[in-house]
Amino acid sequence: MSIDISTARKVAHLARIAVQEEDLPALAGELSAVLAFMEELNEVDVAGVEPMVSVTPMRLKRRADVVTEGGIQARILSNAPDAREGFFAVPKVVE
Amino acid sequence: MSGLNELTIAEARDALRKGEVTSLELTEACLAAIDAAGALNAFVHRTPEIACQRAAAADARIRAGDAPAMCGIPIGIKDLFCTKGVASQAGSNILKGFRPEYESTVSQQLADAGAVMLGKLNMDEFAMGSSNETSCYGPAVNPWRRGNDATPLSPGGSSGGSAAAVAADLCLGATGTDTGGSIRQPAAFVGITGIKPTYGRCSRWGIVAFASSLDQAGPMTRDVRDAAIMLGAMCGHDPKDSTSADLAVPDFEAALTGDIRGTRIGIPREYRMEGMPDEIEALWKRGAEMLRDAGAEIVDISLPHTKYALPAYYVVAPAEASSNLARYDGVRYGHRARLAAGDGITEMYEKTRAEGFGHEVQRRVMIGTYVLSAGFYDAYYNRARKVRALIKRDFEAVFAQGIDAILTPATPSSAFGLGEMADADPVAMYLNDVFTVTVNLAGLPGIAVPAGFDGRGLPLGLQLIGRPWDEAGLLNHAHVLERAAGFVSKPAKWW
Repeated sequence: MSIDISTARKVAHLARIAVQEEDLPALAGELSAVLAFMEELNEVDVAGVEPMVSVTPMRLKRRADVVTEGGIQARILSNAPDAREGFFAVPKVVE
Repeated sequence: MSGLNELTIAEARDALRKGEVTSLELTEACLAAIDAAGALNAFVHRTPEIACQRAAAADARIRAGDAPAMCGIPIGIKDLFCTKGVASQAGSNILKGFRPEYESTVSQQLADAGAVMLGKLNMDEFAMGSSNETSCYGPAVNPWRRGNDATPLSPGGSSGGSAAAVAADLCLGATGTDTGGSIRQPAAFVGITGIKPTYGRCSRWGIVAFASSLDQAGPMTRDVRDAAIMLGAMCGHDPKDSTSADLAVPDFEAALTGDIRGTRIGIPREYRMEGMPDEIEALWKRGAEMLRDAGAEIVDISLPHTKYALPAYYVVAPAEASSNLARYDGVRYGHRARLAAGDGITEMYEKTRAEGFGHEVQRRVMIGTYVLSAGFYDAYYNRARKVRALIKRDFEAVFAQGIDAILTPATPSSAFGLGEMADADPVAMYLNDVFTVTVNLAGLPGIAVPAGFDGRGLPLGLQLIGRPWDEAGLLNHAHVLERAAGFVSKPAKWW
């Protein structure tokens, strides 16, 4: 399966990575090469095989649904590129 | 005595306990070595103040008689581990300026054991690479050279800074992480020991996530005994990582009996790759002979789905990465792009990620996005997860036949030159992981041990793969192999 330019454009947008229009052909070529490598998987008979969910058979532990470390607003915001009045600030989302 | 920075962890521990040396002296020797080794580009964030404080605290603990094995030992921490108040960038520009408010469980456990952090170590961006060339800091450089040829060589990746630092005696040990071979391949490239434990042995909490079902931390050290000591301090159950195993941690060092009589070592025929250099084939054969001479039985085995491990990995790992790396959006931490008038939140995401992520990371995120997208999920992602189940089943079948460990080459070549792979397609670089990636897909422990040289004087490693949770047995086999191979060489200092 090879990836054309419009698919490459769509994938870049889904991944939220800006790709210049002139870079799309090279990107499509690279993605196609990697996908061609993955095509080898089609040789394998996987009939009746369950997809692996967990590599180690384990039951995930549960814990009480309580706050373990709260009230640390300043620490949570300390690395934000733009934090105002106790919130993360972003460009306007809703018109 | 050789330079203090050249000691093994075991030698330093014994000297510290006897009062022959202080942690401060060890730490200062390492800091001086680091300052003189800028050409290796191994340490990318240095923390001498923290190191000296921790060394002084360790010396007090040792004097008080309360000294675990790692107490006072100067180590380096891969940049992938979040360290409180200290830059933790995962080798990426998108985390530039990030100073975590918390400490990863593994680095906290090492600190609690008294280990002294010297700084953060170079790596491929988000651990995606096999040469350290995708790092935002520029590549770390291998301390080994091809004889008198001054061509700079790759220390491997992604834990390339860790490998270079340990091989060049800048620290006594270092943390690494391994998603497809990122501890074992660089260890082999620089002639040191590196172990990836069983999935779930080390907590992943606070380690920047690449592919969560494959990532494991492990130690990179000068020898197997040091790996046993350092691994013991790194692993154990952590309630903050739901995949961390609630199992007792054995005394790995005590398991190094040197007695492997009667154990069965599997030699998988599918690892005999077409075009494999003769010297790697010969080394592999010698390794099997060494284990046989020590009393193990050598058994030919088959792992029929080996060929499909790399393509399965390059579906599963990018899929998980595309999901994990979605968090780098310019909102909560790290880089945010400068926006043009009228740009909304989507432009902010797209510009931030285009500027912050390097080329290989962008490519893998997009591959992962594609294989998870509507219409392709079954064809790629689910199929890869099924093949992964078959790969794990191959290993279960040979272990059920009574195989105790599996011997393979660690890498398909010795260290290559920086830039030599630049023109190759991405798949050629991915082939570096051909012998190691199966181990991550099956969640098994694997260790690389230096075992010889190629014709140009570069180290070559062998890999041993163990049963789940049998790091103790695996380390013991590695210890036997190490002693028989007698690899004691160090790179000639040029930096």
